[in-house]
Amino acid sequence: MLEDYFRQYGLIAVFTLVAFIVPTSLLALSFLLSRLGVRPQKPNPVKQEIYECGMETIGGRWAQFNFRYYMYALLFVIFDVAVVFLYPWAVRMGKLGLFALIQMAAFLTILGFAWVYAWRKRDLEWR
Amino acid sequence: MGPFLRDNVVFREVYCWLGGSESNAGLCGGADGLLPAGFEWAAYFAAGFAIILILVNGALLGAAAFVWAERRLLARFQSRRGPNRWGPWGVLQPIADLLKLLIKEDIIPHAADRVAFTLVPIIMLMALLLSLAVLPFAKSAYLVNLNIGVLYIVAVSSITTIAIFMAGWSSANKYAMFGAMRGVAMLISYEIPLVLSLVGVVLIAGSMSLVSVVEAQTIPFIIVQPLGALIFMLGISAELNRTPFDILEAESEIIAGYHTEYSGIKFALIQAAEMAGVLAASGFLATLFLGGWSGPFLSGQLGALWFLAKLGFFVFLFIWIRATFPRLRIDQIMAFAWKFLLPLALINIAVTAVQVYFFGFYQAEVPGEITRGELLIMAAINIPLALVSIAAFGRVTREKIRVPAPRFEGLAPIPRTAEVD
Repeated sequence: MLEDYFRQYGLIAVFTLVAFIVPTSLLALSFLLSRLGVRPQKPNPVKQEIYECGMETIGGRWAQFNFRYYMYALLFVIFDVAVVFLYPWAVRMGKLGLFALIQMAAFLTILGFAWVYAWRKRDLEWR
Repeated sequence: MGPFLRDNVVFREVYCWLGGSESNAGLCGGADGLLPAGFEWAAYFAAGFAIILILVNGALLGAAAFVWAERRLLARFQSRRGPNRWGPWGVLQPIADLLKLLIKEDIIPHAADRVAFTLVPIIMLMALLLSLAVLPFAKSAYLVNLNIGVLYIVAVSSITTIAIFMAGWSSANKYAMFGAMRGVAMLISYEIPLVLSLVGVVLIAGSMSLVSVVEAQTIPFIIVQPLGALIFMLGISAELNRTPFDILEAESEIIAGYHTEYSGIKFALIQAAEMAGVLAASGFLATLFLGGWSGPFLSGQLGALWFLAKLGFFVFLFIWIRATFPRLRIDQIMAFAWKFLLPLALINIAVTAVQVYFFGFYQAEVPGEITRGELLIMAAINIPLALVSIAAFGRVTREKIRVPAPRFEGLAPIPRTAEVD
């Protein structure tokens, strides 16, 4: 059983390696072509400017951002943790019966109150 | 070797050619392999490597075919002809595009973070290819049968979010950063309904392995779980940045979003990852909700054909959606995820859990077994419920816009009275 486990994840490790090598080798091929002179590689300061539809760039990369992004990240963390609990429960639900059902109902009710609270506080809206 | 790949033709050929009869006399028929004794594991990994090569090449060729299909179909939707010069019906157009991008100059802006900038296309394609590892293409045609398959595809495919933010940040471009910020906000918002919608499938199948999910579908889960299928479809098209949800590369607002600064082969890789992502998403939809390789007849022999037909259906659906719907605003997108998809996903879980308890535990002789007739009863309950709840939450979240008509008030500047809530 443990043997199977390691063999399966071993194959995934091999796959990760292959999936890393394929795009890397394409980038390397492109680099090689530039060395062979097939592909142009003539950088100059104007070409390497940040593209802003032809205008000169004003300011750096950090523009001001809406606070909303942060609120959504917080909400995401709350609900994503819930998902971690839901999956093992979902696998075993058919065998655990009423006990698991009531427990998850209580959990989801609490989560539902949090969601309603966030809605009432207008945190789900993009203002 | 594990019991999982035993029936796969490619695997068996390579495995027996190398490893021979050492531990699987029944599988290889007693013939000796190339490798000496004690190297059975090497034969296993070599056989797995052969399947990996097929998967990677299939995904990249599939992406090329999808580029062609999408351009042709979009052209048809817009009463154009589309690419038709290079090869019959223009089928060689994606290859020409790739060659052109390969010999284009690869510009890196001087202010960019070079390492992160170069890593982005690699990570994007890697995450996408990795998600194919658990997908069963036909009966016993898969790389691994992980017992956490559903969780694995959700986990691996969400690595793309990191790559998108890396692209936005390392480009040192304001618009790339805007696109990345919007993209991350949208992707994490749609992640939740996406993941919750699959809990219903896991509940009924009683397993997270994709092979077990296919075997549990005595009738397709799209009938038993209409809400789950709808939410997963919408969520995954947001994860793929397809058109109704493409605010992170909105070309009419922020140049090209997170990949503004990418050119040459890096741009080609990012596009390939997006295109192959549609194929992978269609594969997941076909596997989880339409029965995968099982069909009305001959699902053992024609499994791959059934799978391809279902995949093609969803690919066409994605192209159709792209051709039809306009881009949504970010407030609409967020409200759609948090006020519409999330409560529907929670309702779906609650209803399915009660049904699974009732049919699979309370009434069944064997706990956890749900018969075909019980699935049909669940479908008869779930389809009207889906329609009612979609109508109800659609009404609640409908946007109320009150924009009074601007009045002319002499020469003074017109005060802004437009208020949108």
